[in-house]
Amino acid sequence: MNVKHYIAERAAKELKDGDIVNLGIGIPTLVADHIPENIQVFLHSENGILGVGPSPDQDHVDKNLVNAGKLPVTVVEGSSFFDSAFSFAMIRGGHVTVSILGVLQIDARGRIANWAVPGKSVLGVGGAMDLLEGSKKVIVTTMHTTDKGESKIVKELTYPITSERTVDLIITDLAVFSVKEDGLHLIELAPRISLKEVQEKTDAPFHIADSIINGTEVTL
Amino acid sequence: MRKLISCEEAVKKIKSSSRIMVGGFGLVGCPLSLVDALADSEVKDLEIISNNLGEPGRGLGVLVRQKRVKKAIGSYFTSNPEVVKAFQDKELEVELVPQGTMSEAIRAGGAGLGGFYTPVSVGTKIAENKEERILNGKKYVFQEPIKADFALIKAKKADTLGNLIYNKSARNFNPMMATAADVVIAEVDEIVESGQISSEEIVTPHLYVDFIVLSGGK
Repeated sequence: MNVKHYIAERAAKELKDGDIVNLGIGIPTLVADHIPENIQVFLHSENGILGVGPSPDQDHVDKNLVNAGKLPVTVVEGSSFFDSAFSFAMIRGGHVTVSILGVLQIDARGRIANWAVPGKSVLGVGGAMDLLEGSKKVIVTTMHTTDKGESKIVKELTYPITSERTVDLIITDLAVFSVKEDGLHLIELAPRISLKEVQEKTDAPFHIADSIINGTEVTL
Repeated sequence: MRKLISCEEAVKKIKSSSRIMVGGFGLVGCPLSLVDALADSEVKDLEIISNNLGEPGRGLGVLVRQKRVKKAIGSYFTSNPEVVKAFQDKELEVELVPQGTMSEAIRAGGAGLGGFYTPVSVGTKIAENKEERILNGKKYVFQEPIKADFALIKAKKADTLGNLIYNKSARNFNPMMATAADVVIAEVDEIVESGQISSEEIVTPHLYVDFIVLSGGK
């Protein structure tokens, strides 16, 4: 399996029956392909859809039906449409249970940067700040390092912060971290990944769960 | 019917330096015939309030290419590289607002509110010049309402009174913009007799709509 799909599949295991889920662009979008069959979740798209379905084949593209990434989608039975103010009221009001987001960087406290790159013109924020502020639970899915091999999990953000709110769970191609008041906790290693590799590729300090130290950690 | 006019007549109402809201999430739900008519007119120095500025040479991107936009207020402009270039060349001023804050500010503008406190963007670059306030132990920033001289919106169907319904995710910012401008011009795909859209179904009641134009019409 492609490593991005591995991350998406791992994230999908966090979803519970009845969850209202907002998926960001990139790896988060792939989560839709891995939702366990025994649960029903409802995908929310901030441009005004609850009940997003799979992408249509070319003959069934409706130009008035796109997701927040502006890609054509379908809707499932029981779906609804609403305006942007209503959609973001749902988000800020805490009615979206889980948001799965991509990031540029995560700091040692679990705060993220995912909207602007320093040195470049800052001309886009979209719904990133709203989603991070309002969602009950925020899961980050990301490659552990950048294309240049630099850790995305850093001591301090060098990119502009998206929100003071910390995320809840970080899922990378190498490991899973939960975020608590005292910082990041490594709780899971990806298959065939050693603790040493995660330590080498993570700039931020993190706690290590007992199960990993004892070697009793079981990958889901 | 009284409210139906041509796109050409509609854009004649708009003068240079106007502040105009334009509906749409990218090109979806954008009143493209009105925007094209605006591009054929002489107006310039426009202030545009819209989530994006179209795509290169499409939708509002046409007005950017023609250098008619002086300032843009929206949430996401990076999808049009020509906007980024115009900004870097100092031809275009940009004000970035988080999408939820923007849609609520337009709603507030149309609802007669003086603004609101939102937790979104607290502690970020975007909140740098905004008033911060702690309410019940949580930090908020103040957002002013957003209003405009004109709103150009897109709906699926109007009845002859001007009641509107929308099309799927093409609804987006259009219903709020219909409430928050002095003059509201709705571009629609179809016009039916009043009574043909059920009262339960109407999203924008006719009192908000000043003029109607037909999509694809001149």
